[in-house]
This record gives sequence, structure tokens and C-alpha cells, in this order.
Amino acid sequence: MADLAVSDLVVGYGPVRALRGVSMRVPSGSIVAVLGANGAGKSTLLRAISGTLRFHRGSCQGAVTLGDQRLTGLDAASVVGRGVVQVPEGRRVFARMTVDENLRAGGLGRSRRAYAKAHEQVVDLFPVLKERARQRAGLLSGGEQQMLAIGRALMAGPTTLLLDEPTLGLAPLMAARITETIKEINSLGTSVLLVEQNVAMALSLASHAYVLEVGEVALEGTAAELRASDEVRRRYLGVADAVEGTLETRTLSRWS
Amino acid sequence: MTTFVELLVNGISIGAVYALIALGFVIIFKATEVVNFAHASLLLAGGYLVARLWPLVGFWAALLIGVAAAALVAAAIEFLVIRRANVASHSVLAIVTIGVDIVITTELTRQIGTDVLAMGDPWGSQVVQFGGVTLAETRIVALVTAAALITAFLLAFKYTGWGVAMRAAAEDAETAALMGVRLGRVSMSAWAVAGGLAAVAALFLCVFPTPGLDRSTSLVALKAFPAAILGGLDSTTGALVGGLIIGVTESMMSGYQNDMAFLGRGIGDVAPFLVMLVILLIRPAGLFGTKELARV
Repeated sequence: MADLAVSDLVVGYGPVRALRGVSMRVPSGSIVAVLGANGAGKSTLLRAISGTLRFHRGSCQGAVTLGDQRLTGLDAASVVGRGVVQVPEGRRVFARMTVDENLRAGGLGRSRRAYAKAHEQVVDLFPVLKERARQRAGLLSGGEQQMLAIGRALMAGPTTLLLDEPTLGLAPLMAARITETIKEINSLGTSVLLVEQNVAMALSLASHAYVLEVGEVALEGTAAELRASDEVRRRYLGVADAVEGTLETRTLSRWS
Repeated sequence: MTTFVELLVNGISIGAVYALIALGFVIIFKATEVVNFAHASLLLAGGYLVARLWPLVGFWAALLIGVAAAALVAAAIEFLVIRRANVASHSVLAIVTIGVDIVITTELTRQIGTDVLAMGDPWGSQVVQFGGVTLAETRIVALVTAAALITAFLLAFKYTGWGVAMRAAAEDAETAALMGVRLGRVSMSAWAVAGGLAAVAALFLCVFPTPGLDRSTSLVALKAFPAAILGGLDSTTGALVGGLIIGVTESMMSGYQNDMAFLGRGIGDVAPFLVMLVILLIRPAGLFGTKELARV
């Protein structure tokens, strides 16, 4: 087990800078959250870690390391081989393949024994994946697809799991279920880097969090610190400070 | 009636051979999203090696070498050209394959010259009688071999790790990579399999009743293009059905062309393309193709 570290990462898509010198650390066995609005660079960060920037014609400088191994410059499959596996945003299950085949795709190249063990673990975590083993993944509900996407990633036996907005577009109950599962996966010893827009949920899970804003780390601290921070409360948790009394109102002169 | 059955069986047999070619075409498209116009040249390369080598090493060894060599050439095209070409659009790569095709075909036709090369197959011009129906042995062997190869391929595609990786990569390459699928290996193996299948097809396109392999063999192979396209470029089922439709159409049109003299001679060669046009008018994505092929 080793810490995942990102140091001074700069990522560009052609002339567009998406990340401007981002550094962060995911200590082994922890859950770390990355927060931020749309376009802050959260997904770009994950792409840089998992080696999929080239699918988006992006290029990066800086380093991503796992312990003393450098991940930057490796292709996606090799990053998976090192134990860093990403659950993509929007689930992206293989819709035309069955649930079981999806899980197989996650565990290709593992020995029969390791595969069987991982499979058992995954269906233990998500019994529904066993019930629906022969169904096409495209026919699952959103929540079930998210379970499948997480299960598929777990098949590779990750030491660090990267989750890109796992509760996006899910019903509240299902989102809570996924949150519980993330906790459970972490308790089994897998480090988690969680990218979320749902700040309340992310801060309830994570021990440490970073706030990205237009490609830079704007804030960082323990989850408790961030929860207490005025800025985070105002901007992400939707809590208006009672002291200020009035909500901020702006008159749009053009319309008034 | 006898004629009809003969034409039908011959059509199915040649259709199965077209299906072998079309299947390779489809696998390459699924794995790399490249329309491979160099397919006919792969076929010619495999066939040429079999024809040249059988006097030296015997037919079966020659066939094995031909298949292996075609697979190797295909893998080399993937590795040296397709993978290196850093182009924005897959249609550019399709045009690159036209260039590859011209290079390989030109060299091979120069080697072949005006010769008609025998394939040295053990079946020769023997025929078998089934209650009044006369069939060439080569046609039966072609049908059985093609059916066996296609079945083996489909089973592998469905059940092996290689097949799962192929399908995952075809459906969503980026996600497949995120799951640890090695896309380079997947696409190279797809090219190699397609090349091997093309070489087997070359053998059966050149045996009896065809006189042998000559410089026009790659033109015959072109009939597999309508087979792949009318079936749907991204569907293996489509390739099989397309191959059979083209084979039977061609066989029937050639067999009955005297009854359809108003269409002129040589309608058998044109018919596959006419069928393709008609089917594409009704179903633009082909019979089994996915509708949104142009998704980028």
C-alpha cells in the first residue's frame, strides 16, 4: 500500500489550461474528496491520474506518483495494473454486454483465483449484480448501473479507487446506499479519491478535502475544517450566515 | 429444380467465403473504427503465398504459412500505420488504408504478372452427386470450413477474455482502457484475425471452378465490401447474413442470366452492388448496424 500523490500538475487541452499546478495527496487507506463546480478541473485531474488524457487530446506536466512509482506517462492499462482504478463519471457501463460480462471486463488479466475472489467480494457488496448477472447492463436502473460500475472497477483489485461523481443523478435513497458502500469499500483497506459536487455527502465521508477552482486548489483541509469554513458553507452547502441578515441580492440594471 | 438447388448451395458456399472476408472487415471496424480498404490486398497476399509455396512445402504447410503471413501483414499495418497515425478523424485512416492497399496490390500483381497460379489443393475438380444434384467438392469444403471458422470466432467473441476485451473496447474504448484493457493489443489482434480469415477466403476464391489465383483476384474480394456494408459495418451477424445474401444473389443471377438476357451479360458481378444499394436505401445503417455509427 502506498500514498497516491499529485505534485504540481499542469494539464492543457491544446491552448486551454485546465489544471494550473495542482498538488494533493491521498494517504493510504483514507478517503479524500475533491470538490468544485463544473469546469473546475475535477475530471481532468482524474484523467491525468488514470492516464486517459490522450483520449481527450490533453497533455500534462508535473507528476503523479504511487509510493515511489511514477504513474505519469503510463498508459491507462498500466495504471490499472499498479492498482489505481477509476470509476468513470456517468457510470459508462458496457450497455450491450451482460452484467457478468461487465464484471469480467473489469477483471481481465487476473488469475482465475484472484478473479473468483474478487467476484465473490463484489456480489457480496452488491447482491443485485448476482440476481441480474445475465441481463444486459443497459437495462439496469441508474443506481444499479452505478453499483455495476463500482463493482466492475473493484474486479481489478484496486488499492486506490478513483470515483467521479458516483451519486450524480441518483435518487436520494440510492445515493445514500452508494455512500454507505464507499465507506464499506474503504473500510476493507482501499484508499478512495472521491470527486463530488455533492459537498455535504463528500465531506461526511472524507477525512480530508480539496476545493478546486478554475484549475487551482482554492482551499484544502480536513473535512471538519472545511465544513466549518464560511466560504464552503456559503458557496457549496447553501447555508446563509444568519448574522448577515439579508440574502445577497443583486439588481440587474439592464432589467430594472 | 436441380439447377436451382445447385445454384443455391453454390451461392451459400461462396456466400460463406464472402462472410469470412466481411467478418474480418467488421472486426477491424469494431476494434479500431477504421474502414479497412486494404482488406483485398491482405487476401491477395495470403493467397499468393499459398500458391507460391505449395510446390515447395506441400499444400497444408503452405496454407498455414499463408494464413500466418496474412495475419502478420495485417498486424504490421495496424502497428506501423494505424497506431502511429495521429489523425483527428477515422475517415482519414480509411484513406490511408487505400494507400496501403495500392502499395501491396501493385507489388503482388507485378509478381503475379499474367500467370494464373494453381492453389495445389487436394480437392481439385472432383464433384459429388447428391440425388441428381452435382456439387464441386471445393464448394462443400469451403462451406464447411467457413462455417467452422465463423462458429469458432463467434464462440471466442462471446466467451473468451479476448472476446470480452474486444467487445468492451468496441463499445467504449476509453472506459475499457480505464478497466485495464490494453487497446493496442485488442486492435492488433483484431487486424491479425481479419488477415488470417482473409487468407483462408483467398484459398476458396481461387480453387475450382475458378481457374486459380491471378491479378484480378483482389477484385473478386471486393464483393465482400457490399456484404459487410449491407449487413451493417459494426455487426458480426450482419457480416454473415450480408455474405450469404451476396453469395446467393451472385450465384442466382449468373446461373439464370440467360433467362434474363434483357439485363445483359455479367449481371452476376453487378448484382451484389445493386442489392447493397437497395438495402441501404431502406436501411441506411445496414440490416443489423447500429444507427448512430458516426458518433465521435
